[in-house]
Amino acid sequence: MIKFLIKGLLRDRSRSLFPVLTVSSGVFLAVVLYSFMNGVIADMINSTARYQTGHVKVMTQAYAEESNQMPNDLALTGINEITQTLKDNYPDMIWTARIKFGGLLDIPDEKGETKDQGPVTGLAVDLFSPSSPEWDLLRIEKSIIRGRIPVERGEILIGDEFAGKLDIAPGDTATLISSTMFGSMAIYNFKIAGTVRFGISAMDRGAILADIADIQEALDMQDTAGELLGYFPDNIYNDEKAAEIAASFNRQFKDPDDRFSPIMRTLPVESGLSDYIAMIDSMGVIIVSIFIAAMSIVLWNSGLMGSLRRYGEIGVRLAVGENKTHIYKTLILESLFIGIFGSVIGTAAGTGVSYLMQIYGIDYGYLMKNSSMMISNVYRAKVSTGSFFIGFIPGIVSTVLGASIAGTGIYRRQTASLFKELEV
Amino acid sequence: MEKLAGQNKKKSFREPGTDSTYLIKTENLSKIYPIGLTTLTALDNINLAFVKGDFAGLVGPSGSGKTTLLNILGSLDSPTTGSAVVMGKKVETLTHREAAGLRNHHIGFIFQTFNLLPVYSVYENVEFPLLLQNFSSSGRKKLVMDALEWVGLADRAFSKPLQLSGGQSQRVAIARAIVKNPELVLADEPTANLDAENSRNIMDTMARLNENLKTTFIFATHDEKVMRYLKRIITLNDGRVAKDERAAGEGT
Repeated sequence: MIKFLIKGLLRDRSRSLFPVLTVSSGVFLAVVLYSFMNGVIADMINSTARYQTGHVKVMTQAYAEESNQMPNDLALTGINEITQTLKDNYPDMIWTARIKFGGLLDIPDEKGETKDQGPVTGLAVDLFSPSSPEWDLLRIEKSIIRGRIPVERGEILIGDEFAGKLDIAPGDTATLISSTMFGSMAIYNFKIAGTVRFGISAMDRGAILADIADIQEALDMQDTAGELLGYFPDNIYNDEKAAEIAASFNRQFKDPDDRFSPIMRTLPVESGLSDYIAMIDSMGVIIVSIFIAAMSIVLWNSGLMGSLRRYGEIGVRLAVGENKTHIYKTLILESLFIGIFGSVIGTAAGTGVSYLMQIYGIDYGYLMKNSSMMISNVYRAKVSTGSFFIGFIPGIVSTVLGASIAGTGIYRRQTASLFKELEV
Repeated sequence: MEKLAGQNKKKSFREPGTDSTYLIKTENLSKIYPIGLTTLTALDNINLAFVKGDFAGLVGPSGSGKTTLLNILGSLDSPTTGSAVVMGKKVETLTHREAAGLRNHHIGFIFQTFNLLPVYSVYENVEFPLLLQNFSSSGRKKLVMDALEWVGLADRAFSKPLQLSGGQSQRVAIARAIVKNPELVLADEPTANLDAENSRNIMDTMARLNENLKTTFIFATHDEKVMRYLKRIITLNDGRVAKDERAAGEGT
């Protein structure tokens, strides 16, 4: 019987082609939408983790309260010892100290007079230690647009767009005017080693990347850093594990009575992305629900049309002695074949397109000129295990559901007038 | 055809207490349809009996109740009052599933418009009733080819219905009806869409099947060409049996 049904499906394109196209289109859209949203949000989380929060972040409690103001006067002191403690206690994590700072970047002309000047935010990271993880974390080498990577103290990288605005090039000098952690004025000369594209509009427009030792010297922050960031070695955020590490650290080191005692926060807490991350979890459910509902309605309609078209065939089958339940089952079995076939095609096409979008991405930088969010300019999809199921299972479920609803018409079919009906 | 007859031995389907003398027996059978606030009596107090090997026709003008009676005898419909016992089964008490079982195992249908499944080949159309009975592949093949040989279409087994003439299509429909070796074949205006020569061929084929297999045929028709073949003619008028005549030489 199964062979008989498959032959019917293969030969009667109106029985199979439209439903297969409908299912595969729906599955394709669901997979691409899911992968794209997954990619954009994962990218946002990665960018936020890479530049702002790490997967976990250690600060003083006072710094944590005002962290958006980059309050380096509240930074962690004895950073080398704390780093070593973290490495000892959590050897599976990558730990790195950073200082965020702000100020003015002054560009002198050949006479040393100010040629141009602009507000700047800066990120100080370990550029020169042999074991520094920052090159990989920030993908510094891949981000160079002009010039080269810094090779010695006193050299910085500057956002390419920012460099254009200030009309400076690699080899030029730039002076950072800021304040030390004790509140006095800090002036420090840097040489531009190269320009970079951070890939985040907010940073491309006005950020520099400097060595942490230079900034510690410039801002009078010896053995001090604003933040100590921890990353999972595979660079994939694991909320459960991060929360466990943070809780264990805070139990051991956090002192509620001491504002300068360290506190560890996880990425969602620190970035305010917790709701977003919760949304990602529910996103799959939302997509699947909408998809199943919409597709079931379409396929229900398609099933009804099919039933009308196959009215004669079903009449003959009833007359020949096939009972209604058997016919109903065969219609559902047919829909199962269509669902599987359509879902395989839709999933294959959807993951294929998503994979291409993962590799090449879509550059929306021109739309984000004024954005201050830590979102990558290039939107990429992310093909994950979920991509293979998000459309496949609902594709089958909706096809079978649509056929099940449409097929109930069989039970309303009266055999009493079959002879008359089949004379048409 | 003996091969066809030898296959598909059937279990007794007969209900206890029913008369085994007759293949079909109706008693005071009536069928009344409600039409708005009134009713239409399609069949009125029909008392008929058919034995194995009957080659009978229900004749009469349109609206006389031929097709309604055929529907009830084929367990497609049930009487409003009275009784119809078909192969030992009271049609009026059958569930949908039991009625389908009766049709599947014991009754073949032939329609005016052939009603072949267009996406399937001739072979597959004839094979379909056997699929429902879970015959083995080799068993099906043998029975299908036997049936097609009987209707003279073995060489067209793998043609599609659309490639056949009207006469050939009706012969395929006959093969589909007889492939399971039913005791009863019901045919509603089987020659209505055929020319004279094809009508004659079709009736020859069915008469031969009746002769050799003792399959009971009941036709609903008002085609003179069909009537010439009938061994028994039951004339219906306004839902009543007006005449029940047997051809010369046929017993009662």
